[in-house]
Amino acid sequence: MSKLNTKPNMTNADDFYAELLSRHENLTKDQSDALNARLVLVLANHIGDSEILSAAMKAAAEAGNHR
Amino acid sequence: MGQKIFETPLYPYKRSPDQDAIPPKRHPVVIIGAGPIGLGAAIDLAQNDIPVVVIDDNDKVSFGSRAICFAKRPLEILDRLGCGEPMVEKGIVWDTGKVFFNTRETYKFNLLAEGGHKNPAFINLQQYYLEEYMLNRLRELQSQGKPIDLRGCNKVSALSDNGDHVRMEIDTPEGSYMIECDWLIACDGANSSARRMLGHDFKGRVFEDNFLIADVIMDADFPTERWFWFDPPFNRGQSALLHKQPDNVWRIDLQLGWDIDTDEEKKSENVIPRLRAMLGDDVEFDLEWVSIYTFQCRRMDKFRYGRVMFAGDAAHQVSPFGARGANSGLQDTDNLIWKLKLVLAGQSPDTLLDSYSAERVYGADENILNSTRSTDFITPKSNMSRILRDAVLDLAQDHDFARLLVNSGRLSVPCTYDGSSLNGPNCAELPECSRPGSPAPDAPIPDGWLLDHLGNKFQLLAIGCDAPDDLSQNGVDIETLSLDPANCAELTKRYLGSEKSAIYLMRPDQHVAARWTGFDKSAVLSALSTAIGHV
Repeated sequence: MSKLNTKPNMTNADDFYAELLSRHENLTKDQSDALNARLVLVLANHIGDSEILSAAMKAAAEAGNHR
Repeated sequence: MGQKIFETPLYPYKRSPDQDAIPPKRHPVVIIGAGPIGLGAAIDLAQNDIPVVVIDDNDKVSFGSRAICFAKRPLEILDRLGCGEPMVEKGIVWDTGKVFFNTRETYKFNLLAEGGHKNPAFINLQQYYLEEYMLNRLRELQSQGKPIDLRGCNKVSALSDNGDHVRMEIDTPEGSYMIECDWLIACDGANSSARRMLGHDFKGRVFEDNFLIADVIMDADFPTERWFWFDPPFNRGQSALLHKQPDNVWRIDLQLGWDIDTDEEKKSENVIPRLRAMLGDDVEFDLEWVSIYTFQCRRMDKFRYGRVMFAGDAAHQVSPFGARGANSGLQDTDNLIWKLKLVLAGQSPDTLLDSYSAERVYGADENILNSTRSTDFITPKSNMSRILRDAVLDLAQDHDFARLLVNSGRLSVPCTYDGSSLNGPNCAELPECSRPGSPAPDAPIPDGWLLDHLGNKFQLLAIGCDAPDDLSQNGVDIETLSLDPANCAELTKRYLGSEKSAIYLMRPDQHVAARWTGFDKSAVLSALSTAIGHV
């Protein structure tokens, strides 16, 4: 049974976050939206498992409820 | 240029003795509509020696090419109806598609059709040719004395289901008359007047978009491929399709958006500059047919109401992406006619006709789901859906995974009736592609093609084992077809897998009813009872 891993899992979380920000530097809003969209698709394909992807989309949607 | 086939009255009005009959003449079956679905139903009934009257409000085949893409399963059905071969001979066989995004060719794909089937994965053929060949078949059956009565310029003006029969009033150039029938099949298209007169709902989703179809005649050296553009320079923010038909006719489909003046856009002085922008200035072309369409994805709640069955676009409508309209309608009547025959002969209860509704509603839902998804990809409805769509297209140029997500139409594949009440026992060790509910996969056999030997009756396919050929239940006979799997690689792969032998009970529509690895008389007869609706 595959399960979404929401425990700390990144080899270097701060580096990842910094690179993500730098990839968006000097981009317009449209370019940034497009980059994020491509990134979601690339990551989704890497994960592959439809149950995990569905759980990930749910987790992302629910975190929006805190606002 | 001479008169086009679709401008020629092929079944002109002729007075019928029914017009002078008092009381009204009662027929076993009447079909409304002589499009591909109505003609398919009529041919099927006549081949089974069931008298049928077809009434149609005009006297010609389809005006313009309309449906152009016919898939393997409908071609197999048309083969069973005795008119598939001329279609494949005339049609354009294609297997390559190209996808363009903006100015770039993003990728090229091959349908990679599986070998060992008599019919190709797809042909392109104008609907008017398809209908002409069906009419030729109908005339051939008539000349053999088969009971088909096709009445042109007969238009239904009133309709009532009186419980044990249906009564209709029909308008003709010489006034109106009444007829009655035991069973009515409404194949009168998306704007079905039968559906409206009986007051049945037809609910679904409207897509706010217009598409221009232009059939152009040109001597162009474009290859025989399906070309699809997202957001091309010649149709900014919209989509476009180019596809070849026989006789140097090319189908061009241009998305126009929602807020347009349909009558203005249809004028050739507006159409021609659009086509020039697409084809280039040095290509000579003539317009054969121009149309603008919008579409909906919707279906009726049920396809059978009492003594009336609905089939084709009258029962369900999809977007054109994926060629699931006419292709699924032909599968409707393929499913219906053998059931109607059993009910008319008193060999099955009329509840068998409810399984027509159940199985084809299942098929329609599959088609609506797929064509809705294609439409959402081709015509994004929100800013974010466009961003995601464009992200897929940008990635598709370099990455195979994204090509799977590009959806310019998931092309029609046959429906497997998983979970149908007519399905008998399955044997899970046998290949999945031929499980109960599946249309029988074709395979080469020593004297031709398997599917040329299947259909029109219940059959037992005995592969690598023996079965008697005198089985019968409730007056329904089973014919046995024994096959030796030696030297038949495709037959073995599609029907045996790693097993040594198999028994398949086949329905008259070439779908698998039940299967086992060996013959057991009581199991076969019990599965037959289930398949003919005796519970």
